[in-house]
Amino acid sequence: MQFKTATSPHIAQNNSVQGVMFKVLLAMVPGTIAMIVFFGWGVLINILLASVVALSCEALMLWLRKRPIMPYLTDGSALLTACLLALALPQLAPWWLTMIGTAFAIIVAKHLYGGLGFNPFNPAMVGYVVVIISFPREMTQWVPPLLEDYTLLSFTETVKVIFSGELPLTYTWDAVTMATPLDTVKTQLGLELSINEIETHKLYGPMFGAVGGFGWEWVNGLFLASGLFLAIRGIIDWRIPAGVIIALLVLSNTFALYDYASFTPPTFHLFSGGIMLGAFFIATDPVSAATTTRGRWLYGIGIGVFIFIIRTWGSYPDGIAFAVLLMNMAAPLLDYYTMPRAFGHRWNEFPHHHKEHDDES
Amino acid sequence: MSRKPHQLWHFHGGLKLDGHKAMSTASPIVKAQIPKRLVLPMNQHIGETAVPLVEAGQQVLKGQLIAENNSYISAPIHAPTSGTITDISEYPTPHPSGISSPCVVLEPDGEDRWIELKPLKHPRNSSPAELRQLIRKAGIVGLGGAAFPTAVKVNPGPDVHIDTLIINGAECEPYISCDDMLMREHADELVSGCELIQYMVSARHCLIAVEDNKPEAIEAIQAVISAKALHTVELVVIPTIYPTGGEKQLIKVLTHKEVPSDGFPADIGLLVQNVGTAVAVHRAIYLGEPLISRIITITGEGVNRPQNMQVLIGTSISELIEQSGGYHEKASKLILGGPMMGFTLQTDHLPVTKGSNCILVENSEEQMTQAMPCIRCGACATACPAQLLPQQLYWHASAKNFDMVQDYHLFDCIECGCCAHVCPSNIPLVQYYRFAKTEIWNHERERIKSDHARVRHDFRQARLDREKKEREEKLRKKKEMLAKKKQAEAAKQAEGETVAVDPKKAAIEAAMKRVQEKKAAREATESDSTKSNNNSSTEQQ
Repeated sequence: MQFKTATSPHIAQNNSVQGVMFKVLLAMVPGTIAMIVFFGWGVLINILLASVVALSCEALMLWLRKRPIMPYLTDGSALLTACLLALALPQLAPWWLTMIGTAFAIIVAKHLYGGLGFNPFNPAMVGYVVVIISFPREMTQWVPPLLEDYTLLSFTETVKVIFSGELPLTYTWDAVTMATPLDTVKTQLGLELSINEIETHKLYGPMFGAVGGFGWEWVNGLFLASGLFLAIRGIIDWRIPAGVIIALLVLSNTFALYDYASFTPPTFHLFSGGIMLGAFFIATDPVSAATTTRGRWLYGIGIGVFIFIIRTWGSYPDGIAFAVLLMNMAAPLLDYYTMPRAFGHRWNEFPHHHKEHDDES
Repeated sequence: MSRKPHQLWHFHGGLKLDGHKAMSTASPIVKAQIPKRLVLPMNQHIGETAVPLVEAGQQVLKGQLIAENNSYISAPIHAPTSGTITDISEYPTPHPSGISSPCVVLEPDGEDRWIELKPLKHPRNSSPAELRQLIRKAGIVGLGGAAFPTAVKVNPGPDVHIDTLIINGAECEPYISCDDMLMREHADELVSGCELIQYMVSARHCLIAVEDNKPEAIEAIQAVISAKALHTVELVVIPTIYPTGGEKQLIKVLTHKEVPSDGFPADIGLLVQNVGTAVAVHRAIYLGEPLISRIITITGEGVNRPQNMQVLIGTSISELIEQSGGYHEKASKLILGGPMMGFTLQTDHLPVTKGSNCILVENSEEQMTQAMPCIRCGACATACPAQLLPQQLYWHASAKNFDMVQDYHLFDCIECGCCAHVCPSNIPLVQYYRFAKTEIWNHERERIKSDHARVRHDFRQARLDREKKEREEKLRKKKEMLAKKKQAEAAKQAEGETVAVDPKKAAIEAAMKRVQEKKAAREATESDSTKSNNNSSTEQQ
């Protein structure tokens, strides 16, 4: 009798890339629902639009690169990129903006670098940065979260706005969009208003919720909860979000203690904008992150530091995308210099480059 | 128990795996029937191949020495039963590559007649060196799978002090249960063997480590220790985590010490032996029996009656499967060893050896899932008990960057398979590491070879150069001498013209002168008288 041969181990494992991706996608559902509730149908339309574009681009690129369409198309990675980017875009962003961002993410940031597993930069964040630099005006079309003086558009109205770029006759842009709380605080601090004055301001006061931005705190809270779930299940590495949050908390606390009036309070940092989505779902993309234990700590902390710097002194109100991309660049270096101590080795053994061999090859 | 529980530590990573051990532990150990033919490979151990001492047609008795070891790291081989030697030639042996190697074939006569044994009733009256010699003669090798000659291992050398002897009864790999059954049924022999080894290496303590998924074995060993009231032998129950049974991992769990990457357990005062080896030591000393059989687990979904068998070395795997109810109709994969580290065999017409611990038959129907690209998730690094970065190793191994894989400590990889097991991308990681290791070994061999060749070439070149120089020197000297001669001659000639002339020449010249003078004188005196005669004579002529 002839038997099949194979290499060890012979026990089949029960996890897959697809499984990892879909668990992450599933964990994004509660936060996404909260966003739809507070910011309207635009969130969902963006997700659907980005998903269709992402899957089409993925299929096209796989075909062009002569790679098998299956199982890559259904591995969930393109879908995850689409969802992350869609959630980061303004709810009333025009359709072409979403399309350009998504197409750039999949075609350039992912496939031109070699596809799944080979992209040095987080594709969703590359797509985001492309559109925020290219189309800054359209990137301000954020919907206010269920505030009294503002109207939330209906589903059909939203579809019309996104695809035609024109508002229904009865509305003005100022009535349906407004700057995000982070943006507002940044602008008003720049205009020499103190945090107290902004919080009690007739116009800006309602944007503050119990701990963060109104509505945003719910969104962030839910992303935090499901992110923790993923971390506990070991699907994402907890060190990265921990690093991001700790760094941001320490820095914002230090500066707020130093001068409460002119720096954004720590809770507002954490529970407004995209921090929890960024920390648990974007920064944890393993392909572009550091992989060693200590490397991941440093990677997370680096992102937190850059977010604080960009938010406080930079020209963008949030800054997660730039922070993530900056640390993506540092990831290979972090990995090399944070190699774990191998079993039976001493800590002071440091890998040395085989210079002479490098020269030969 | 009055003793306080032994403190335990953790090693990094590892996996909790389904044991699948109950399927083969339901019935006691069965003694396998004596087969029609035994094929005994001459290299069942680490080290030099044993040299056959028998000839085809020769009758041998059970336990008779049939192949001896000619070097220190090697082991002799004995006849597992009485019978006739029918052949000595190459046969396929269980090896990942399916390679053939020299074997002695024995046809049993069914009488199973022992050679005269020399049991030792009071081993404590013998010196450790004498006992080591008995172990060497009994052909005992490590029965945990590595098959390293035990006599070598229990002889750490004069400068090394072994503080603690660790007896490995972890048996961490799923499906395998031969050590479990051995501990259940032979606990007394095991403890006796432990004491013997302890005596041989003069270790202060002996720890018998057993995973907590073997309560029967734990109970049996504890009963023996209590009955014997042993104070230096301690049973330690350790958590069931794969690969706790790895030597380095077990040491970490029991002592918190790490065996240096380039060292041995003896360097940190420890010696690890498998439970099966300890029993073999007991039998070799107290009963005088050489290692001619072992317990093997025949298990898996692909075999009808999984069980543990006491098997004569050299029995064919097909024979054992047959005695275990034959193959399940869906049997597809035959593995020697466990599911994590064992290797597949193409055929079952292969003999079992001293190192064979498990024959696993799989029913796998699921087709191989396609490997996806690595997403750098790091699950492998989390699981790696050697604290390596498997995905970086994979990256550099697949790029054939063999310097970098060594920077990432490739050679600390124990090939346990944890990384490949947790990899969501289904990458056969261990295969890449084996490939890289083999390539590096080949390079190393090539390098040594080319170094040899270079040395030889350099030597030859030097010799040729030297010879050439010598020749040139000779030529030069000759030329010089010739030149000197010429010079001397030229000088002499010049001298002769002025002063001295060659005496010969001078003599000739003088003689010629004399002759001429004589001639002239005679001509002058005889000129008138002979004128007429001369004329007449000339006319006559």
